[in-house]
Amino acid sequence: MTEKIELTRNDRLSVAWRSQFLQGSWNYERMQNVGWAYTLIPAIKKLYTTKEDRTAALKRHLEFFNTHPYVASPIIGVTLALEEERANGAAIDDTAIQGVKIGMMGPLAGIGDPVFWFTVRPILGALGASLALSGNILGPILFFVLWNLIRMSFIWYTQEFGYRAGSAITQDLSGGLLKDITKGASILGMFILAVLVERWVSIKFAVSLPAKKLAEGAYINFPSGSVTGGKLQQILADQASGLSLTKMAPNTLQANLDSLIPGLMGLLLTFLAMWLLKKKVSPIVMIVGIFIFGILMRVLHIM
Amino acid sequence: MSIIAMVLVVIIAFFAGMEGILDEFQIHQPLVSATLIGMVTGHLTAGIMLGGSLQMIALGWANIGAAVAPDIALASVASSIIMVKGGNFTSTGIGVAVASAIPLAVAGLFLTMIVRTIAVGLTHGADAAAKEGKYQTIERLHLVGILLQGLRIAIPAGLLIAIPAAAVQAALTAMPDWLTGGMTIGGGMVVAVGYAMVINMMATREVWPFFAIGFALAAVSQLTLIALGAIGVSLALIYINLSKMGGNNGGGSNGGNSGDPVGDILNQY
Repeated sequence: MTEKIELTRNDRLSVAWRSQFLQGSWNYERMQNVGWAYTLIPAIKKLYTTKEDRTAALKRHLEFFNTHPYVASPIIGVTLALEEERANGAAIDDTAIQGVKIGMMGPLAGIGDPVFWFTVRPILGALGASLALSGNILGPILFFVLWNLIRMSFIWYTQEFGYRAGSAITQDLSGGLLKDITKGASILGMFILAVLVERWVSIKFAVSLPAKKLAEGAYINFPSGSVTGGKLQQILADQASGLSLTKMAPNTLQANLDSLIPGLMGLLLTFLAMWLLKKKVSPIVMIVGIFIFGILMRVLHIM
Repeated sequence: MSIIAMVLVVIIAFFAGMEGILDEFQIHQPLVSATLIGMVTGHLTAGIMLGGSLQMIALGWANIGAAVAPDIALASVASSIIMVKGGNFTSTGIGVAVASAIPLAVAGLFLTMIVRTIAVGLTHGADAAAKEGKYQTIERLHLVGILLQGLRIAIPAGLLIAIPAAAVQAALTAMPDWLTGGMTIGGGMVVAVGYAMVINMMATREVWPFFAIGFALAAVSQLTLIALGAIGVSLALIYINLSKMGGNNGGGSNGGNSGDPVGDILNQY
């Protein structure tokens, strides 16, 4: 070999495009392995010319692999750098490449899941859905466009970062930066989740409580007999300033609960669900259970 | 539904099925797929509203590792078709479609598992191809895997379209008020399960206070989600920066040492 074989920007773009189909043939035996090999094929073609080398490379990349589909990109980048070195004669054996893949996929999935599935998607989803609930087309458009902008720039730039950093990235990511990203994501995630619980878990009691008698001055004292213009003006002004028209104020269970803090029952339901999940109750069972509970409450006119 | 609309719905279902496994463009998310089905069948607004309601329920559903979440692709495609065929585009009609999505999401789980098991065969095909150094075979096998995932949703969607609209309507109108009303109440509460799953994953003693702040601030209805998001991001940044400074002020003896390299890495960006 006289010249150094290099992967061009186009080769790397083609790999990045293919990485979007990483999970396509996800299987219970080796999970994302075929997708991983599919992703690397443009690079393998470029780097290895003999049949033996190509066969070895394909075999090596059909091993078990599974991580979050987006954070696979930095791993792909590092693997590209290692394969390039190897094709140019560096002593990088199969175990080294496999070691980097396995070593990175665990911790990176640990960032990808909370950051993308539990922070970015719920936030964009809730933003889009809250617009969509009123039939606003901006809801779906905003969700789709923002998500894909974030996703595509993430996969391309982290793949490039991995390619440039080579194996150094493994040390880097197991250090402090990884901790910061996950901690930041979980802070933002917990904050937004609390918002979602408060805003979107809806539990409304239909039960009325006995009406409350209002204090003197909190309601309008209607004079008996004829009403002159001045008096009428006074009454209308009183009503406008929020005085009640009757001596008794309607009183509902819901209003009493809301005066503690709005959304309290939703919060309690969420805590109950968390506790049940820790007791290994299946979420499917809980979902079905909630629907049955809802029907019961409706039949009994409690909600 | 016209023939063209039916074909388009099946195509959307096919894409939703592929995306259900790829999880990239998010076409399978109800916000997108229900909107698209609403658009091609001429009920755009109802589709958007259905998508919004389903999205709220599915916010916390995600495939983690080898575990499979309830199948949101089948749920949103099938419940959109049910809504369109039922012909009721009021909030009650949408509520019923949302409620029908839940059992479909569960049924979809099994379809996903079947395809993921079939795909084991593809892996062995790829091994054989690798021995011969055949790229194209591996590429084709991978595409077959993706196509199977698309058919996973497209076939049930086609079957659902083939059922006469009158039958769907009859089934929907036969539902008594206590059932539809109860389903709507249940739909309001069921989102809590998704949130609970996510909270259980993320909660540590350290981040619970942020949950409390978020809950209290959310009660202020003037704050939009974007405003709350800005507060959340700021809190996270402030917290991370402050926890690094702690070491230098003598707050923790080893905090300063482990914090410094992190700062250096961040400064390089």
